[in-house]
Amino acid sequence: MGEVIRLRDITRVFDTGQVQVHAVRGVSLDVTEGGCMAIMGASGSGKSTLMNILGLLDRPTSGSYHLVGEDTSRLNRNRLAEIRNKTIGFVFQNFNLLARTSALENVELPLLYRGVPSRARRRMAVDALERVGLGDRVHHAPSQLSGGQQQRVAIARALVASPSVILADEPTGNLDSRTSVEIMNFFRELVDSGLTMVLVTHEPDIALWADRVVEMKDGLVVSDRLQAPLRVAMDQEKEST
Amino acid sequence: MTIFQTIWVAGRALLRNKMRSFLTTLGIVIGVAAVISMSAIGAGARAKVAEAFQSMGSNMLMAFSGSSRQGGMRGGAGSQPSLTWNDMEDIREQVDGVKYVAPMMGVAAQVMGNGQNWGTSVRGTSVDYFSIRSWGTDTGELFSEQDTEHGSKVAVLGRTVVTNLFGEGADPVGEVIRINNIPFEVIGVMASKGSSARGDDEDDTVFVPWKTFRAKLSGGLQQFVPGPIMIGAESPEALETARVGVEKLLRTNHRIRPGADDDFTVRNLSEMAQAQQEGAATMTSLLAGIALVSLIVGGIGIMNIMLVSVTERTREIGLRMALGAKPSAVLVQFLIEAVVLSVIGGLLGVASGIGAAQYLVSTFNWPLLIQPAFSILAVGFSALVGVTFGLYPAWKASRLDPIQALRFE
Repeated sequence: MGEVIRLRDITRVFDTGQVQVHAVRGVSLDVTEGGCMAIMGASGSGKSTLMNILGLLDRPTSGSYHLVGEDTSRLNRNRLAEIRNKTIGFVFQNFNLLARTSALENVELPLLYRGVPSRARRRMAVDALERVGLGDRVHHAPSQLSGGQQQRVAIARALVASPSVILADEPTGNLDSRTSVEIMNFFRELVDSGLTMVLVTHEPDIALWADRVVEMKDGLVVSDRLQAPLRVAMDQEKEST
Repeated sequence: MTIFQTIWVAGRALLRNKMRSFLTTLGIVIGVAAVISMSAIGAGARAKVAEAFQSMGSNMLMAFSGSSRQGGMRGGAGSQPSLTWNDMEDIREQVDGVKYVAPMMGVAAQVMGNGQNWGTSVRGTSVDYFSIRSWGTDTGELFSEQDTEHGSKVAVLGRTVVTNLFGEGADPVGEVIRINNIPFEVIGVMASKGSSARGDDEDDTVFVPWKTFRAKLSGGLQQFVPGPIMIGAESPEALETARVGVEKLLRTNHRIRPGADDDFTVRNLSEMAQAQQEGAATMTSLLAGIALVSLIVGGIGIMNIMLVSVTERTREIGLRMALGAKPSAVLVQFLIEAVVLSVIGGLLGVASGIGAAQYLVSTFNWPLLIQPAFSILAVGFSALVGVTFGLYPAWKASRLDPIQALRFE
């Protein structure tokens, strides 16, 4: 199996003027293709900072980060934007959908920045929405969708670009427990079909769906273990709220 | 990402906030509308002035008596009579390029006829006057050289005088009117000429032969012409020759030594027309200047709203960057939003400016002269305003840190 992420001695220091905050103090991790890795930790453990570095939204102070074999430490902002566009699919806690914009157009966004022509863009976006079970909600605006449906639109947006890895930052943080289970089940299906996923969460319940759990504390990895992932059988599929 | 796609993204973003987009663009709409209507109205006014001077008479010179000087006090032009009837005859006979010469005497008088009376201005002149002004009669005829020589008591009435004495559309030829109680036979009615370049009603006049005028109505000093002398040149080209000739002759006749000041003034009316035209042009550029200032104010309005928009859409910008928008794509998107706003404003402005000009022009009865070059210029300028005032907000958007932007509440 190919290597997707290779972190070596990553540190990240925030200079606030008077104090230097060491958010990440030296993390080395390897993520291979397929499977779901959960990064856990309390707030202030450095997991969000690590997530930003993984998502190429932030640069490490020191250490090296290879994403799908490419060393990202010396790339400029434009090249980083290109790699984000092609390699990474983001799923956020607060969905981050464009308001007053249809599900379809929201899903089309990453393709737009890749320069996909409009007809192909539309077809790919519809496919992605069908994949998350929202084929009948293509023209709905986010305000007309439930929280779970909004997160599905966001997942479709992450999937549409066929990224090498999906980074999900507290994807169930704004959802009720029932919908959380549905979303996590859906992620699990995607991972089982070959997707690579990194999940950041502070809820142990959510981490149960992962194959591997990395726990962070004070900017360091304190445990890294494999587990048999949870799969919840749902009798009544398709959420209703 | 192609430029077309970027424009599409910008258009979608603007449509999400239709009311705000419209209000933002209103400043540009008003600015451009002002530019378009002002330039159209200005051009119309110039054409109107030109038309008015054309009707005053072409190829015309006017000679005025000089100013009096008593002690330190100097009277205005014409206050010291210096042009004589002999001067007038000499101009006619001796100066090259001169075709017509007519005196211009005037007095306010009460005119009675048909049981009505009307206060108007009575003018004493010669038949040449009508040739200079290329002005003819509606009915009847003008007085002749003989009428002038014999001092016949005949009068040609302006349309306004006819209306007031005899009624609308009446033909009083053959009737007798009394000017200062002296009977005159009406021999003609002038064609209507409307208002002069100065705004007076040119039709509110009675014309009588100048010799009759001098003998019966207003004597003045026998040897001097109590008013300006109008001179018609043979052609526009002969105008300058005629002016120089008239000045030379008058200096000789008046025995003015070389170096001494003239005791008369000769004016070229086409120069006056030009001065008036320039006045209208100055007015137009002044108005256009004000309109440009309002365009710039409109541009500042766009910058203001774009800055608000960048702040308000910080999360959106962060998201776009996370999804792979390069800083340049964000910059271009916001820049294009500003340009789209201002260009749409410009187009709306051109439309409403033409509408406003049409309305004003029909009110003032001026010719409508929409200037296509101005319309193109105005839209181009508003695009420039969009780029100029959109650049800073767009640059600000493109410099956002995606992590901060995504966390922005």
